[in-house]
Parts: sequence; structure tokens; C-alpha cells
Amino acid sequence: MQEKKITGKKLLGLLRDNSVPLMFVIICAICIPISGFSPSYLLNEIVTRVGRNTFLILCLLIPIIAGMGLNFGMTLGAMAGEIGLILVSDWQIWGIPGMILAMIISIPISVLLGTFCGKILNMAKGREMVTSYIISYFINGVYQLVVLYMMGKIIPIKHFSIKLPRGYGIRNTVSLLNMRQHLDNLLAINIKGVKIPVLTFIIIALLCVFITWFKKTKLGQDMRAVGQDMQVAKDAGIDVERTRIISIVMSTVMAGFGMIIYLQNMGNISTYSSHSQIGMFCIAALLVGGASVDKASIGNVFLGVTLFHLMFIVAPAAGAHITGDSMIGEYFRVFVSYGVITVALTMYETKKRKMKSRAGQQLEEDQRKEEAEANE
Amino acid sequence: MGNENAPLLEMKNIKKDFFGNQVLSDINLTLQAGQVLGLCGENGAGKSTLMKILFGMDVIRETGGYEGDILINGEKATFNTPFEALEAGIGMVHQEFSLIPGFTATENILLNRESQNRRLLSEIFGERLNTLDFADMKEKAEKAIDKMGFHIDADMPINRMPVGHKQFTEIARELSKEQLKLLILDEPTAVLTEKEAEALLQSIRTMAEKGIAVVFITHRLHEILAVCDKVIVMRDGYVVSDVPASETDVAQITRNMVGRSVESSARAEVRDFSGAKDIMSIRKLWVDMSGETVRNVNLDIKEGEILGIGGLAGQGKLGIPNGIMGLCEAGGEVTFEGEKIELNNPRKCLDANLAFVSEDRREVGLLLDESLEWNVAFPAMQIQDKFLKKYLGGLIKWRDDKAIHEVTQKYIDEFMVKCTSSKQKAKELSGGNQQKICLAKAFALNPKFLFVSEPTRGIDVGAKSLVLNAIKKYNQEKGATVVVISSELEELRQTCDRIAIISGGKVAGILPATASSEEFGMLMVSQVK
Repeated sequence: MQEKKITGKKLLGLLRDNSVPLMFVIICAICIPISGFSPSYLLNEIVTRVGRNTFLILCLLIPIIAGMGLNFGMTLGAMAGEIGLILVSDWQIWGIPGMILAMIISIPISVLLGTFCGKILNMAKGREMVTSYIISYFINGVYQLVVLYMMGKIIPIKHFSIKLPRGYGIRNTVSLLNMRQHLDNLLAINIKGVKIPVLTFIIIALLCVFITWFKKTKLGQDMRAVGQDMQVAKDAGIDVERTRIISIVMSTVMAGFGMIIYLQNMGNISTYSSHSQIGMFCIAALLVGGASVDKASIGNVFLGVTLFHLMFIVAPAAGAHITGDSMIGEYFRVFVSYGVITVALTMYETKKRKMKSRAGQQLEEDQRKEEAEANE
Repeated sequence: MGNENAPLLEMKNIKKDFFGNQVLSDINLTLQAGQVLGLCGENGAGKSTLMKILFGMDVIRETGGYEGDILINGEKATFNTPFEALEAGIGMVHQEFSLIPGFTATENILLNRESQNRRLLSEIFGERLNTLDFADMKEKAEKAIDKMGFHIDADMPINRMPVGHKQFTEIARELSKEQLKLLILDEPTAVLTEKEAEALLQSIRTMAEKGIAVVFITHRLHEILAVCDKVIVMRDGYVVSDVPASETDVAQITRNMVGRSVESSARAEVRDFSGAKDIMSIRKLWVDMSGETVRNVNLDIKEGEILGIGGLAGQGKLGIPNGIMGLCEAGGEVTFEGEKIELNNPRKCLDANLAFVSEDRREVGLLLDESLEWNVAFPAMQIQDKFLKKYLGGLIKWRDDKAIHEVTQKYIDEFMVKCTSSKQKAKELSGGNQQKICLAKAFALNPKFLFVSEPTRGIDVGAKSLVLNAIKKYNQEKGATVVVISSELEELRQTCDRIAIISGGKVAGILPATASSEEFGMLMVSQVK
């Protein structure tokens, strides 16, 4: 009897802990048949999108290990990646070499922005998420200044295909047609009509291996210690501030690479908007995978990116089928992604509070036990 | 190297003051390798300050350093940071745990001293990219655990350990440091069960046999007698006795601990309330307040009396009012005037005409950025609709600024609050004057029952007697019941009729204020089953 109760409790706890992913599984399960997409179409889309987006989401893991929450500042890395891509497309270096060069260009920019962001977050300990979110808006202003005014005037831009007609500034859209899916198509294999971008997946796998390995390094161990208790880590002689900055810099550099992989798949850059929503979407995807502010795994990343994109594909079509208006689905998916962030963040707080009240319950239980013993 | 015959540790003429307040005067002590020193004294006797000096804690340097010399093996040493003290072989286990909750015992024992393997990437990016050698770490941790003599699971994460094992993890961490020569244990048994405490004493003996000197701070005196070679008792910043453990006993130590140089007496007229009815009955109360946990407290408070609640810090005396008034999570049963009070709901308590003067003046007690008038009147306005002018049959309520000003001025005059005017902001007042405003705020509610928590913490002598007299006067004039919670026994004896002593979160005993210091002292250090 008692055992049954405990298993029941455990099951309930498991359901509660995974309620966000479960919610999405249910939504997708309802939407898939209504949308009327064929399985092979869905699979094709999912594989493409997973390849496109996973690298970006993985870069969120390291700041979470270091206890800095969800890094909205990854947008900074995305901007650095875009600047790299704009420059190489002006220099007409295409294909894989172009991507690699863009990555190399993005590194110093990312390191600079990451250090800046990390230093500010060290001043705002405990409020990292909202601070990094606002920093991303601030740096967006700097980015616009560079791309809209300095490019063409100070930074030489030759090609008129990317320059605004007035002679300086970059156009709204920069075409990456000569780079489009070059990474994805190299080594790609086709299984029953589903194209699998093997090389992209190998790169993602390498990053996963790196993150797993990284957790076992001295630096990774220090980050975990700092993430759990800054004071204790400091007392043990770990340089807390520096460790936190390094975690943000790593995340920013990886976000820059991730953005380049993302854009080569898309085939064009929306110069002034590509990066603006990317942080929000990546974080939503990670949360959909069951991660929380202080705990996220590689498993959460893959589950999240799959479920989130599945919903992105099927929800508008399902909406269109039901209401005859595809805008409803579009509305629905934006509404849901913000909703998810809200729910996941609230659940994190309530869980923390519940843990606290558990200490009280423990006291009460001890007391009852003591009395029972005394009665015997 | 130092002289072979010199003692391991010698502290000579140590003096320390905090902003003119002398907390240590001329402390001398010596300790040989392998010796166990028991250090006891009441809260505020200066034990912790002395150990902080020895361990080179930042707080000492920030408050102007200390006078006197510390000699290690006969050589003068100055530690500017705890890391320098660690280097010299001094380890310290603090009262608060310093452990990473999600790490295993092994990871915590070797925190920031992990065994590492060099890797290719670390050649490029520096040593922090070395991988950890978990096998070697486990070996080292197990060795330290063996040295301690009490077995804990090296692979268990800290947050799943019972509290006693966390304490042992901390000790193992110090033992894992090869250079360790002197270990300071600050009240290590406070959180242990009896069995674990016994094991700890055994492991202290094992350490001493291996040549490690131990400074053992505890309030449980029989433990000191069981394990120490010599006992030092401190009081008010002086060493009052320094004798071998074999030549003393619990009674003598207690006398030395609490005996004042000028023995002040209990209040002149201790009243007997044994015939009065119970105004508040507390049954099976538990309170989850960090550092002040209350377990299974039963207490009856008589109408019209002043009850003191005393005990050493961290034993749970502060948890009682904070639990009943709904500031910390609590459970159990509290009845006030025959009616049950809903716990975890501050408003219900206030509505029942209870009031609380918190020990945390700045956070809970005052609206720091508001005027004294507002501070005094706010709760009364909020809870009892006082100081309000009503229009349209109570539909619109206006603040009655004149009444507020009058009542604030009355209390300012009565308590001699030093301020420029009743409009001055609360944060600009000194601690003693802030405390007076806190009392005025509670009195303005005109409560039938008042909790006053640590009323004299951090205030000067003049303000102290004024505050205590105000409490006595309020009790006499209004016939209100008052419960005073304080760490200072003498102050309780001067103010209260009866005093309950809390130890280990439970009531150790209730004595009339006329009982002797020794009797109270025995209760404070007793273990309640």
C-alpha cells in the first residue's frame, strides 16, 4: 500500500517536472492530423530545422552551468556572426571558405561583446536574465550604428548589391545565395526523400562532445561550483567574476558560429532583424525541452528544438484548416512561445518556494515521529 | 624553520576593538602540537573574534586590524587573508556550512584543489582546461575520511546528506590539506545528533594522536571535558580561566562563563503570576527560521506578566516570535485568549491585538525612507483605522496628520528620541533611537500582547535602560502581557518575572528571574531530549 503511494507520488512528480514538454507533445499530437502534412514532409522539415537551429541553442548551456540563467545576451554573438557574413559577402568569398572566414571575423567581435556583457552581469548578480535582455537592445543600437552608417563610410564596402543606394549603410536584405546550404549539402545523404545534412549534424555532435567534456575540466567544475554557490566558491579561492565572464564569452562566441550556420541554411540575412528575435526563440525552444533557469541538458536541447519546430510547422496549417485563416496559426505560435517562457519561469519560482516549504514539512514530520516514539 | 621546542601556536597580548568598542583585551594563549583546546564563553565573549583574527578573516582587517602577536612555531605570523592562514597550516570549520549543494562529498572535499590531468587544449588555453582526475580525487577524499575516523559516503551529493554528514564533510576537507597543523572547530556539534557528536569527539582524539592541534569551540561543556586537554573560558573579551581539563568541572566553567565581575541583581520586585490565567498557550510549535529552528515548543504565558525568553544564539529563541507572528513558516497550535491563532498569516495576529518589535530593525521594523511620524502611525492606521478622519460615512478616509504629529511628538518626548523633528527620516537616526521608534510604533497599536525581540541589540547603555524601562512601564500601566526575547541574560533578569531558556530549539526550562546565574547557565548548555 505504502509502496504504491510512493510510486504514485513519484509518477506525479515526474509529470509535474516535465509538464512543459508534455503540453507541447499534446499540442503537436492534436495539430499534426489536422494540418494534413505527410510524415515525410514533416520529417524533412524537422531535420532541416534541427540542423539549422541546434548549434545556437547549445550555446545557452554554458551560462546555465555557471548559474547565470538564460543568456539573452546570445543576441550579441548573433550580431557578431552577421557582421562577419556581411564582410565576407562583400569580399565575394563564398561557400565553406566564406563561412570559416566569417567565423574567424566574428570571434574577436564576440569576445569583445561577451567580455563587456559579462562585466556588466557581474555588477548585476541575481538579475542576469533581465540585464542581458536589455544589454541586447543596447548593443543592437551600436550594431545599427556600425551597419547603417559606418559600413561604406569608414569600413569599406564595395558591392552595390549589399550597399544602400545612398552610398553607405547595408541593405535590408543581404543575399547569401552563393553560400546557401553549402554546409548542409556537403556530405548530405538522402534517405527515402528525407535529406540529412550529415556535416551539420557532425558539427553539432562535436559541440555536444565538447560541452560534455568541458564539464569535466577544471574550468567546467569551477563554473558548476560558481553556479551553485558563489560565496562558497569564492571562499575556496575560485575567481568567481572571471569564471562568470569566461562563461558568457564562450556562449557569445558559440552564438556567433551558430548564427552563421543558421543563416547559411536560410540563404539570406535580414540585416536589421535576423538577430532580434533569435535569443527569444532559442530560449523558448530550450524551455520547451524541459530545461529550467538553473538546469539544462543536451537532451533538453534536442527535445526542445524538435517539439518547438514541429509546432511551428503544424500550428499555422492546423489553424488555417480550422478557421480558414492562416494568420490564426501564426498568431497562435507567437502567443504560445511567449506563453511558454512565462510558464517556465513562473514554474521555476514556485518550485523554489515549494522546496523551501518542504523544510518546514520535514520539521513537522520529525516532531510527529518523536512523539510517536515517546508514546511507545 | 622555527624553534623545535616552541609551541605550535602562541597568541600574545591580543587586543581588538570595533570602532572604539573593546571586544578583546590582552588575550594570551599557547597550544602545543597534538593538544586539544576547549574554548568556551557566552555569546559576545569574544571567541569568534579571536578565531577570526587567527584565521586572517577580511572583517578584522576592514575594521582596523588587531594588536598583539601571533606566533606559529615561535615565528611571528600575520595573515592578511584566510588563504595565507591555510598556507600556514591552519584550517577552520565555520558554523555555517561552506559546501556546494549539488556536488558530491569528494568534489566538496577537494573544491578548487582537484587532481588534474594535462590535456592538449590546456597547453593552448591554460591550466583551467585540464580535465579532472576523478579516480585520484576519490582516493584523496577517502584518505581524508579515513583520517577523520568517521565514515561518510564520498559519492553522495551534499544536498542528499543528513546535516551531520555535511559537518563531517567540512572536517574532511580541512584534513585533506596536507599542511594542516591546527584545526579550529566552531561549534561543530550544534547540528549533530548525540551519536554523531560522540563520533566527532572520537575523531578529534584521532586527529590529536596524529599530531594535529585542535581548537574546539562549543556550548556543550561535557564535550569539552571529555575531549580537551585544557579549557579556556572567556568573558567580555578577557580570558577568565585557563586550566587543564582534568582540574575543572561543568559547574566551575559555567560559573566562569556567566559570572559578571559586577554582579547585578534581578529586578527589584519579581511578581508571581502562577495564579493568573494563561493568555497565550503554545503547543507543539515548530518554526522554520534559518539558523533559529524551533522544535516542538510548549509554553504557557500568563496574563499581565513579562516573560523572558533567553538562550544562546542559534538555539531557536528568535524563531518563536517570528513563527507566531507569521514572518517565518511555522506549524503547531497557538491559542490567544481561548481562540486559535492562524499561523503564517501576520494580519490575523495583528488583528488579534498582538504586536511584535522585530530584532531586525532595518529590514522589518522600520520604513527607513519615511518620516518618524509615518513610522509610528503606519501600522495603527493600517490595522486599526486609527489616525484617520472619516467622511461620507467612512467611504472616504483621510489621514489625520495633526493626530499623527501629536502622538509621535508624545513618544519622542517620552523616550527622549534624539532627532531634528518628527518629520526626520527614520534612516537618519542612530540605532538606539531607531529602536525607540520601533517601540513607539508597537505601543501606538495599543496591543494586549507584545513580543519584543532583542530590544537592546547594538545600542548604547543609556538607550538600553530607557528601552527596558519603557517596556516595564507599558506592562504596568496597560496591564499588557510582554514577552522579551534577548541573548543577554542580565537584561532579562532585570526586566522579566519569569525566564524561559531555549536550547536546541526546545524549552530547556523556566525559572523565576531571581534564580542564580549558574542555574540559567546550566539550562543554556543543557541538551533537551
